[in-house]
Amino acid sequence: MDNSPNVAAAGAADDPETVEITDSGASLMTDAERRERQIRRVVGVIVAVTVLSLNFEQIQLLTGPNRSVLIQATVTGILIGGVYGLVSMGLTLIYGVLHIINFAQGALMTVGMYSAFSLVSRFGFDPYATVVFTVAFLFVIGAIVQGLLLNRIMKESLEKQLLLTLGLSVFLENVLLLLFSPTPRAVQLPYARGSTSVFGITVEWPFQVFGAVASLPRTIAFFGAMALAGLLFLLLQRTSLGVRIRSVADNPRGAALVGIDVQRTYILVFGLGAACVGAAGALVLPFLSLEPTTGESFNVIAFVVVVLGGMGNVVGAILGGLIIGLTQQIGGIIFTGQSNLLGVFVVFVLVLFLRPNGLLGRAH
Amino acid sequence: MQETLQRRLSGIDVNSRAIILIGLAALFVPQFAAGSNLDVATRIVLFAALSSAWNIMAGYAGLFSFGHAAFFGIGAYATAYLLAVQGISPVVGLVVGAIGGALFGLLLGYLTFRYKLRGAYFVLTTFAFAEMLYLIAMKFSPINGAVGLRVPIRREESWWWMQFAPNSPNYFYLMLIYLLITLVAINMLMRSRTGQYIVAVRDDEDAASALGINPLRSRLIAVAWSGALTAAGGTFYFQYLFFIEPPLAFGPNISVEILLPGVIGGMGTFWGPLVGSGLLIILGELTTSFVRQPPEFLSFLQGRSGLDLALYGALLIGIIMFLPRGVYGTLAHRWEVRRERQVHRAEASSRDGMKEQRDD
Repeated sequence: MDNSPNVAAAGAADDPETVEITDSGASLMTDAERRERQIRRVVGVIVAVTVLSLNFEQIQLLTGPNRSVLIQATVTGILIGGVYGLVSMGLTLIYGVLHIINFAQGALMTVGMYSAFSLVSRFGFDPYATVVFTVAFLFVIGAIVQGLLLNRIMKESLEKQLLLTLGLSVFLENVLLLLFSPTPRAVQLPYARGSTSVFGITVEWPFQVFGAVASLPRTIAFFGAMALAGLLFLLLQRTSLGVRIRSVADNPRGAALVGIDVQRTYILVFGLGAACVGAAGALVLPFLSLEPTTGESFNVIAFVVVVLGGMGNVVGAILGGLIIGLTQQIGGIIFTGQSNLLGVFVVFVLVLFLRPNGLLGRAH
Repeated sequence: MQETLQRRLSGIDVNSRAIILIGLAALFVPQFAAGSNLDVATRIVLFAALSSAWNIMAGYAGLFSFGHAAFFGIGAYATAYLLAVQGISPVVGLVVGAIGGALFGLLLGYLTFRYKLRGAYFVLTTFAFAEMLYLIAMKFSPINGAVGLRVPIRREESWWWMQFAPNSPNYFYLMLIYLLITLVAINMLMRSRTGQYIVAVRDDEDAASALGINPLRSRLIAVAWSGALTAAGGTFYFQYLFFIEPPLAFGPNISVEILLPGVIGGMGTFWGPLVGSGLLIILGELTTSFVRQPPEFLSFLQGRSGLDLALYGALLIGIIMFLPRGVYGTLAHRWEVRRERQVHRAEASSRDGMKEQRDD
């Protein structure tokens, strides 16, 4: 960006008048841009200082005797952030390849949770064994949705596709309400308290870290989500399937020209995106109360994470998930008396305006 | 040719006489509908107006809002706070709420324009703003947080306090006035030069600004009108419901309820939101009564909630798949295409006739 004046001057060197105009025009542009960047920085600092000074007492408390509260929030935030990362990875994959904002991501997650719940309560499955089933089930649902519905309106406007997923979300949520009623459900983990031995190291649950508590279900959810996210990343980076998906994301027409079935790749991608929330749903089931609307909050958070990480950026989704997990938990302490989602939305709006391409994305 | 077609589809050429006719016809609705039927009619009118206001942004200006609950809630809570806490008439609340809605719209419109948030980013921004107001309202003590506010009951009926006996047809007339004002405002706005600019900027911002149209100005006007009219709906909703709480004012479901009639009826058409509102609310009413007394083989549905919304979802999917212009939009488009073709044919035959004459 900073080289552009030189390039413009060199390109028009044989016409001195043009050089001057182009040069001054270009440097004016960069001046304006630089000034704007400075203004942004100043505004950001002012906002941050005001917010923090308003809550100065809370922060003093945190560094003082209540430090364990902060550590607890950090541990909880990171653990749940891993799950946010997995949910968001599905959303960002769908956006990156299909350019669809999938409003049904949360509802699909609830479907995954209820199917896991049914397997546990009816057939006595271990909650974590259901992951295999929910991943396959949600993959099929996602593939059907893309194949039967979305593939036919891929050429329509963004709003049409968004509204279709919205309709799907309303439909799924209320079918679940019809089938399971609004009564909250919960799954108990029989071995949540006890000890585990890994490589000769015995861990007592709930696990103590610097005075903070990490419960077994949350720890499993975090590592499970990270492992699955890693697998998906390897699939995208290291397999021929991944190459196919990435080439369709880059240039669908070019991909079609070299013989890739674009429609089928779309089906696959939506299936994979849905499978992510299938897995996430089964992983969070042991520590969340389940209602037909449980997935909604994950939906909202996943949007924030996806914008934060850069829409379509798979690694950014994991990073963004961790950041938002932390923001939610620590923001809940700093903004006492407010919903812990408020801090998340403040971050959301700031990122939308200041870094719309995400933390890892290049400035536009 | 394409130009006139486009303009007629966007409803700018709509005759304001139709609005007056609708108003006159609707005056007699309370004669035929009473009790729960009057409630259905009242809600149809309310959501027709709300969705029409949404349509200014989403349909005419091409700014798809997924967070109209923000405007709606501002109107509802401005009235609720002034009435329930300060004891000031909802007529004042109506004005204050509408101004608040317009100002919030200006803020949203300016920020999204300034930071060039388009498409998916614009949708997510509107969503995030509504959600933030929702979260703040849940914990904001001056407006009673999650508990909500109630209309203080008065002894006598009064237009100034917008309060009447239960089942009074006056509530219907109140909503009807709101709808008519909204329709007249939209009609005037979209027939004006500014309205033409708004549509021009939607269709091609670069071309429009090359012709000297200020895209920011026309966009702000659209957003401010949409915000003010939607906020006014919040006032009437609060007076009709007697109660408001954050999920009923700022909840994401409200945003969906406001945009659905417009989408089902036809975005960017003048009559679409009205048709959509009628269809949706009558469908909702039918399914509710169906669930109350289902036939033998579906008896498991008895007393269960969710069927009406599940049908809404399915209907929305069906409309997007098969009638992407919406119910009214598709009909209007067909009718328009046929008319254009007739005009075309008439022109062609008269030209042929002239040619033959000349040949003679």
